[in-house]
Parts: sequence; structure tokens; C-alpha cells
Amino acid sequence: MRLLTHNMLSSNIKGVANGFPLRIEAEKVVEKEVELNTDFLRNMFAKIEWKALVEASKTLGYAELPDVAEPSMLDSDEFLNRFHHALLELHLEEGALVCPETGRKFPVNKGIPNMLLHEDEV
Amino acid sequence: MWYLCVFYHRLLEYRKAEFESLAGLFDGRSGATPLEWRLPEDHHADSPFHFVNLPSEELARNIANRSILVKGIYELWGEGRSFEELEEAIRSYPDERRTPYLSPGSTFRINVDSFGKAISFPEQNECINKLAFIPFEGRVNLRNPDHKFCLMDNDNYGGTNGLPPIVQRRIFFGREIGAADRKILQTYQLKSRKYLGPTAMDAEIAFLMANQAQVKPGKLVYDPFVGTGSILVGAAHFGAMTMGADIDIRVVRDGRGPDCNVWSNFKQYGLPMPVSLLRADNNLPPWRAGLKEMFDAIICDPPYGVRAGGRKSGGRKLLKGAVDPYTVPDDKRTDHIPSTAPYSLVECVHDLLDLAARMLVMGGRLVYFYPVLREEDSPDPTFPDHPCFVLVSRCEQILSYRYSRVLLTMAKVAPYTEDIELEARLQHLEFRENHLKWLEDGKLHSAVFSPADVHTNGTGEKFSSKPKYRGKYV
Repeated sequence: MRLLTHNMLSSNIKGVANGFPLRIEAEKVVEKEVELNTDFLRNMFAKIEWKALVEASKTLGYAELPDVAEPSMLDSDEFLNRFHHALLELHLEEGALVCPETGRKFPVNKGIPNMLLHEDEV
Repeated sequence: MWYLCVFYHRLLEYRKAEFESLAGLFDGRSGATPLEWRLPEDHHADSPFHFVNLPSEELARNIANRSILVKGIYELWGEGRSFEELEEAIRSYPDERRTPYLSPGSTFRINVDSFGKAISFPEQNECINKLAFIPFEGRVNLRNPDHKFCLMDNDNYGGTNGLPPIVQRRIFFGREIGAADRKILQTYQLKSRKYLGPTAMDAEIAFLMANQAQVKPGKLVYDPFVGTGSILVGAAHFGAMTMGADIDIRVVRDGRGPDCNVWSNFKQYGLPMPVSLLRADNNLPPWRAGLKEMFDAIICDPPYGVRAGGRKSGGRKLLKGAVDPYTVPDDKRTDHIPSTAPYSLVECVHDLLDLAARMLVMGGRLVYFYPVLREEDSPDPTFPDHPCFVLVSRCEQILSYRYSRVLLTMAKVAPYTEDIELEARLQHLEFRENHLKWLEDGKLHSAVFSPADVHTNGTGEKFSSKPKYRGKYV
């Protein structure tokens, strides 16, 4: 699971008011090289919750992102590379996403987050 | 300028829709103004031959080269009812349009083609020799010519693939601008794909869906019923970033082994891996609050219950109201497999439209299949609609005597407002509360598979009252 996905997901358990961001419990993190696509990054930048991305990348051991980001930063290659690395190249292979309100764990196995709810959660 | 567009004689309703969609993609329009089309004299609407008015040759080339169903787009140099008429037409075609392609240093090739008949090599040579009056000064190169020309002969050969007999012979001659690269169908054909499911999407249709969705590099495409990823493979081929979800974790996570899963299907063709695969229920999507306008296109084949039925969260009994929610004991939570209930088509489509309305960018496209029963004298089928969308095109593909599927292409034209969101939530609750009633409404499976009411024509012989022809207007 890439951090782009993490940035889109929340816990949707019935009754949970604020299920975002999910806390990451990392057991195994891998890095996979992905071709840089600046158009895509620019496109995604406006839709990303920056703070959540910064926190999540720290949990996966990457602390190079600035705490605050502005659209003007997209002109810097260095920033784009870091953004790209955090968003698309870090993978949570094994671990869990934890609901910030209830502590319910959504497991991540083989890189696939399992967001399906149990019977008593729908 | 008017160009001659020759289509493959297949998937008849898809052809112009694909063309228009690609025109929009390369033109920057969202395809709202339809192109101008014209039929050759005496031709039927399902004929492979059409004239189309395009602003530039570059656009024509882009469309043809990206398409799946365009056999060729030609700058027409002449047409006629006989070779004599054709010659006269070509001779009077302006020199300044002809000479650049006849120059000494260039190479060329002439193809001879027909509709409804195979032309033997000697006959082809005969036809080419009749073109000797054109002052070609370049050399012939069959393999990789600079300029390709095509002579297309149509006569009443007897075989018209179901179209009405050709009234009048018509011969066309033109310079090829571009043509579909159908070699990719060979490369991506399902029979050589490693990981397949029972409803994997045929490669040709998957490419057509990607074209309907105006997929291009840098765009993000989502499939909420991803299965083995066959639709996303088509989109990724055209450069899209892809994302998919499925409720069945065995399909998205495990596949059939480490080298036979959704990822391996992308690896097999050297395509970039999906940005994300996840297990989620489209009935209760896990998107964070405030997330919207994320995807450029949503392309999918929803489970409509004929070959594969949809499932959603919440047990069958639970939704019937027969039991209270089962509370999972804490020690069993990690490996618990939640039960699911059947997902009716109406609800599935409602969720899909709501997802698309929220998650598509403005101008983004939703492309999906919708099943239609082929009943005798049935009125024109109605298709789902939504205040955020306009229906761009509908293309029917007949699957059996009983039913067909229609590829719907919808474009987002209005923002997702709070009112629309509220209404969708109320409808969602209505589906939950009256689960059984809605389930009974979608009886597509039984309509398709119930015993046939065989028609007899008095002699006891079975016959089908529906034409075998694949088009719809004959």
C-alpha cells in the first residue's frame, strides 16, 4: 500500500465521526522505484492532506518532507522528488491501519489493505 | 475537411462512439459537440464506410492510430461507380494535394480491399495496374512505405455480413492517414494472460472502454470492481495511473500464487503497477470525509448477477432483520471473515453513480456496462441517470438471445452538492431497510436463465424470431 492510498482512506465504522488519518502500524516496509510523473504529482498535490502524508511517511521511516507545503514548491525538482518518493515509492507491505477513534485494526497483507467492515460495524 | 473513415465490421454501435470520444480526447473538448458524419451514396447506416468532417489531418491521424475499430482514415482522391468514373475523379483531384505524395524520393504501397469478398492476388494486381495513370514517381516499398494508398471496391458480391444488398457498386481510392493498431489485441489477448477470472474483460472491449473514458498519461483511473484487473490493464496500456478495489480479498491479494495475480498481469505486459489495490465494499466505501474529485475516470463492469453476482457487507440474515448484528469476540477479530449479502443491481448502480459523482473531476467520465433484457416489443430501455451526469453514448453488445449489455459513457457536468449527497444517503438507507424488496426487483438472472419459451412456427420446428444480424437497424 502506497501512502497515496493511505491519504485517501479513513475508518468508516458506524458511529465513528473522525476516522482519518488512520494510524500506521508498520511491520514490513519496502521501497519500489516508480517513474517520476510530474503532471500526476501536480494533479495530486491539491487533493492530498499534507499533514497526514508527512506523519505517515515518518512512520515508514522517511522524514524528508517539509511540515508545510505550498503549491509554489512544485516548481522545485528536489521537492517533487521527495513528494514522489513519499507518495508512490514507499510501500507498507505488512502491517495494519488503526482507526484513531476505536483502535480497530484494518490489516495490510501483501500490500493490500483490507477495509471490509465486520457485521457489527456496518 | 471531409475524410473517408472505414471501420471494421464489428461492434457496430461502438464505432462512432469511440471515434467521437477520441476526437474529444485529442481536441481537448469533452465531446459535447458531435462530429459531422455523412454516408456514401446508397450506403446503409451500419456500412463500414463513412465520411467524417475533421478540422485537421493531425487530429484524424491521432484518432485513427489510437482507435481499435478504425480500419483506416483516408484522404479520398476519388470515388466512382466504375473504374472509369474513379479514374476521372482521381484525375480531377487537385494536383497540389496529390504531388507531395508522389514525389521521386518517397516510397509507397497500394492496398486493395473490399467489403464482403476476398480479392485474390492476381485480381489485386489487376486493380493496381488500372491505377497506372496516377503519376507515381516514388518506389514501391511493401514493408515500410512513406505513403500508403488504398483502393476499396464494393459490389454486390453476395456476402454483406447482414447488411442490405449493395444497390450500386462504389469504388474508393485514397491516401491513408492512419489506422488502428490491432496488433495490441494479439499481445493482450486473454488466452495468453496469466491470471484470469470468470468475468475477465476481453482485451478489445477493455481498450474500447479506456477510449470511451478518454484515458491518457498522467490521469488516474479507478475500477471499484477490479477483479483480476483486466479493465485497468487496458487503461494502463494508454498510460493511465490505475487504482482498483474489490470486495473479494482472494482475488486482489492472493491470486493463484506469487507470479499469478493482479500484479503479475501488469508485469506480464511491462505496464506500470496499479497505484493501489485494496479490499473495499463499494456499498460502504472507506474514503475519508472531504475527499472528492480524485479520479479522472471510473471504468468498470459491475456485477449485475448474470455471470457473477455482487456482494456487499452485512449478512443475509442480518439485512433481513432476522438476527441482531453478530458481535465478533475480541480474540477472533483478526482473522474474522465478515459475512456478505447479495447486492442488487439497482443498489449497485446507485452506489456507482454516487461514487462517480463525488470522486470524478469535472468533465471526468464514468464508463460501465449495464445489462438489458432483449424482450420482444420491449420499449426502448431506460438507463440510470444522475443530476451530475450527461449520457455521452450507449453502445449495445448482444450477448445472447435473451440479453445484451450496453456500454454507457457518462460525463460529469455538475458538481457534487450537499443536497445530492444527502439524497444519496437517504436512498442508501432505503436500500438497507428494504433489502429483500430491492433484491426481488432485480430478477435479471432468472430472466436470462429461465427455461426458454420456444416459439413454434406451426410445423413444430424451433425458430428464432430475432434476426441473427449483429446490427440493430436491419
